[in-house]
Amino acid sequence: MLAVKLPGLELKNPIMPASGCFGFGREFAKLYDLSKLGAIMIKATTLEPRFGNPTPRVAETPSGMLNAIGLQNPGLKKVMEEELPWLSQFDVPIIANIAGSTVEEYVEVAKEISKAPNVKALELNISCPNVKQGGIMFGTVPEVAGHLTEAVKNVSSVPVYVKLSPNVTDIVAMAKAVEKAGADGITMINTLLGMRIDVKTGRSIIANGTGGLSGPAVKPIAVRMIYQVSQSVEIPVIGMGGIMNVDDCIEFLQAGAKAVAIGTANFVNPYVCVELIDALPNRLKELGFDHVNECVGRSWKDEKSSSNSCP
Amino acid sequence: MIKAWMEIISNRPIAKNIYKMELKGELVQRITCPGQFVQIKVDDSFDLLLRRPISIAEYNAEKNTMTLIYRAEGAGTKRLSRKKASELVDVFGPLGNGFPVEETKEKALLVGGGIGVPPLYELSKQLVQNGVEVVHVLGFSTKAAVFYEQEFKELGETFVATVDGTFGAKGTVMDIINEQRFTFETLYTCGPTPMLKAIEEAFPHKKVFLSLEERMGCGIGACFACVRRTKTDANDSGYKKICTDGPVFRIGEVMLEC
Repeated sequence: MLAVKLPGLELKNPIMPASGCFGFGREFAKLYDLSKLGAIMIKATTLEPRFGNPTPRVAETPSGMLNAIGLQNPGLKKVMEEELPWLSQFDVPIIANIAGSTVEEYVEVAKEISKAPNVKALELNISCPNVKQGGIMFGTVPEVAGHLTEAVKNVSSVPVYVKLSPNVTDIVAMAKAVEKAGADGITMINTLLGMRIDVKTGRSIIANGTGGLSGPAVKPIAVRMIYQVSQSVEIPVIGMGGIMNVDDCIEFLQAGAKAVAIGTANFVNPYVCVELIDALPNRLKELGFDHVNECVGRSWKDEKSSSNSCP
Repeated sequence: MIKAWMEIISNRPIAKNIYKMELKGELVQRITCPGQFVQIKVDDSFDLLLRRPISIAEYNAEKNTMTLIYRAEGAGTKRLSRKKASELVDVFGPLGNGFPVEETKEKALLVGGGIGVPPLYELSKQLVQNGVEVVHVLGFSTKAAVFYEQEFKELGETFVATVDGTFGAKGTVMDIINEQRFTFETLYTCGPTPMLKAIEEAFPHKKVFLSLEERMGCGIGACFACVRRTKTDANDSGYKKICTDGPVFRIGEVMLEC
């Protein structure tokens, strides 16, 4: 009822933790069996270790939060030698999120990390709003995103998903550019650029100045963008952006996502992923579905079929 | 750590904007030392999305109770302050590594500033139980903000300073420390970063344990929001997480500011 097949990925269920909200799984492995998850999107990995931004790195906002971690990670070598082998004890496919400052850095990370036996797909992070170089600069110009996708596709041993930024005027143009460049799938959305000012000091609460907005506050934007993109490309979409409960998951699937990722909700309820996996079958039944795939794209598929039937 | 519903036994103000909440539940059995904290979801709505990290001021494993002392400053803690006895709250914890009680055999100096004072109370109780002599130096902004002076006095000698001089000595905890020239084996402290820095500068060669504070995301080490650089690392990427490696660190273990 829950199994989903995507390029490179045989998912037991369509629910996975989103990159950056789950580390490399070690913390959550103390709370539940990671093999229950559909997949794990691990924290963005760069060629060299990165410390990231100064603190404060997070600030709460109405129904959401801002973060500017700055891609802190232990670097490719440690991820290959320690984190991925540790994760191999679990029966769960890994989607490795990769980032870099230059095309060459992305390519080098992609080439190596895609060789790890449990890495079944890459997620190309072209949408991190919190680093000065790389990240979002690759994610806002269609030609640049296409060029990077092509370069990474040339060296990757596994399918490549591209994580899109919502900080663009035309999300469909971005999606089409990466599809044309050979992307096997799209993950969306990353965070929206935001800011919060401390009225006592007049300064931004986040030391970086701006941060990425996530949580339920961004959910309608994610749903709208997935609705638009999933109709415009042939490659599958993994949806994310403020999912808190099982109906949110189904909403994303109906918008056109084939699977969903859970980000900020992991901080609010560390058991949320497994609770959603457990709750999904009953809710699908209540809504009259026999398989999760029946939900996918229902918002626009129904729209199209009903408009076809109009006299 | 577990996520559990805990029952509010009482929740009342004890000083200006300072509240004391007693909670009951099995989670208490998992607390291992003073200085640990819990993450509280103030209610099940999404508008105040994140959990609030609050230190444990006192716990009693036999009665399954723990006390939190918090400042109702932001929207979340204000909402928490309106909770009534017998209501349930969603608590995740206990989290972090607290104060090492066993590091002191004879005499300890406990220095607290403002809302950093609460975790020192359980620490002091346990030190006294172990036969350790304790001296407390507590700093507050003003008389209306002072709390637990009597409770600390019952455990050992207690000095209080207020910035405006409306209660105790006028000035900061450092003024008292400089004047009294205490002898001690170990110094335990929790409070605002400038206070921690002053203590670090004053006692670079002493055995000092500092409890740090930072805005947190997950509280379990996954989100990398509450990091501090380590002082020993040369390659610029060494760090510790306040939520899981701390919040209590040995002097010199991490940079106090990030």
